[in-house]
Amino acid sequence: MSTTLERPAVTPAFQQVSTSRKLKNGFATVLVWLSFLIAVVPLVWVLYTVIANGIKRLPYTNWWSEDFGSVLPDEVGGGVLHAVIGTLLQGLVCAVIAVPIGMLVAIYLVEYGRGKLARLTTFMVDILSGVPSIVAALFIYALWITTLGLPRSGFAVSLALVLLMIPVVVRSAEEMLRIVPDDLREASYALGVPKWKTIMKIVLPTALSGIIGGIMMALARVMGETAPLLVLVGYSAYTNWNIFDGEQAALPLVMNNERATNSMDPGSVGFDRIWGAALTLVLIIALINLLATVFSRLVAPKKK
Amino acid sequence: MRAGDRIFQNLTTGSGIFVVALIGLIGIFLVIQAIPALRANHANFLFNHGWSTNDPTNMAFGIADLAEVTVATSVVALIIAMPISLGIALFLTQYAPSRLARPFAYVVDLLAAVPSIIFGLWGILVFAPAIEPFSQWINETFAWFPLLAPGNVEPNVRGTIFTAGIVLAVMILPIITSLSREVFQRTPTTHIEGALALGATRWEVIRTTVLPFGKAGYIGASMLGLGRALGETIALAVILLIPQGRNFDWSLFDGGATFASKIAQNYSEFNNPTSAGAYIAAGLVLFVLTFLVNFAARSIIAKKGD
Repeated sequence: MSTTLERPAVTPAFQQVSTSRKLKNGFATVLVWLSFLIAVVPLVWVLYTVIANGIKRLPYTNWWSEDFGSVLPDEVGGGVLHAVIGTLLQGLVCAVIAVPIGMLVAIYLVEYGRGKLARLTTFMVDILSGVPSIVAALFIYALWITTLGLPRSGFAVSLALVLLMIPVVVRSAEEMLRIVPDDLREASYALGVPKWKTIMKIVLPTALSGIIGGIMMALARVMGETAPLLVLVGYSAYTNWNIFDGEQAALPLVMNNERATNSMDPGSVGFDRIWGAALTLVLIIALINLLATVFSRLVAPKKK
Repeated sequence: MRAGDRIFQNLTTGSGIFVVALIGLIGIFLVIQAIPALRANHANFLFNHGWSTNDPTNMAFGIADLAEVTVATSVVALIIAMPISLGIALFLTQYAPSRLARPFAYVVDLLAAVPSIIFGLWGILVFAPAIEPFSQWINETFAWFPLLAPGNVEPNVRGTIFTAGIVLAVMILPIITSLSREVFQRTPTTHIEGALALGATRWEVIRTTVLPFGKAGYIGASMLGLGRALGETIALAVILLIPQGRNFDWSLFDGGATFASKIAQNYSEFNNPTSAGAYIAAGLVLFVLTFLVNFAARSIIAKKGD
């Protein structure tokens, strides 16, 4: 009996794959892997540059506790406290304005939006996410400074950042609200809870952990923007807590200012300051993302 | 309807209307601010190559150079980024082990989280010097080819459209990749299984099912990348050198300024409303340009979604 099994009477139905097809398949596999590796190279290179060059000044306490006001442009010393304060203040004020608006738009799109206006809103949110940061800055310049006659300030920057932050908040919040199961809403309605209370007390808390992640991501993104800073606020080497008046630094502005005023030879004061500020900015962004992860874990709905 | 419900619904709908109005307001305010400057302009705004706005009473500015440099840098970036993004998207959806696909996708998304000024400074201080021998070699060897001819900022080959285009390509990779990946992922399993049942190799499966299905989405994603490239500001302002004398002449080794980088580099002129108006006019053109590109991209993607 075993002999028949060892030698099948019919030839196999599947032919060997021809060499040319094999070659093409192998070639495509190599190309696809290669393209992924190509994308990883600049990422590693940029991160290496920022960390290796930026780490020099960061361990000194005065980097975190002083500004550049008391040191000469080519003098070693001083710190970026003024810029950290500016970045955080402008980011915070931007978030205070952009988050409620973005959340309301997302709630509108998920819970109420039907028909033409909803489609138009979705479309305009998409368009808004494609508006270049320099155009947002020019718009605020035209509105805030030319038309209303108000001074250039950190607050004007925050307003421009609001335009850039809203679409990101809407997109992520919308996505999170949509995956809240309808059963929850229906159960709430069945108990006679009004729709707005259902949204505030049932739908939002369920989606909150994901929404917070999206908000933090959006905040981190706008904190790295430079274009609005150039147009809407002057650079100051001194600490300024007043967001409504006067020149105010921010980390991207420090980098740009050092580039414009200092020598860019590797190892020079300006070079160290640029990468020090870059690493500080990257650390702040990383910290915000970390906080977001921890916080959204805490408020996530309990699974048994 | 209860009062609370009505208030809440009006509030959310109002926010929706606010966002719609915002786009209109941006356009209107830019137009209003641009008009006085355009009236005072002695040159043809669309076709003049020069940009002289120092004397508010005698301005002559045109966007021809800005438009050409903007298009040149964006097209270079797109030509580099499109095939690589396609490769990455295919890698993430078809090749990477499913356990690693998510972390790998996260790695590519990290590129999008790097602030653009860091890309710009890396581009001019680290990347450009590193590839200088290569740039120099291309520039010298292919100097007979107009696109690679000696540029208007020679002998410098660092702050050129060549360098800027490569850095810009890195910056738009994540947006093209993430959208293409989403589309490729939605390829119907029955198509893939059908191809496999016919004995197709992995590449043949991709060519016959994944690519035809995802083509529209991939093109839409690339156009979104183009929109991003057109509006990129600070990275280009940092990298591109401003030529003295000769205008942009369609060489990749030219320097120059894009719409966005020109505005960012000349913010000091914003103290004079008429001069500022000239830059706002350039910003208006950029706004319209990115609006059209994004509009087209979203239409392509939306059509595929139905």
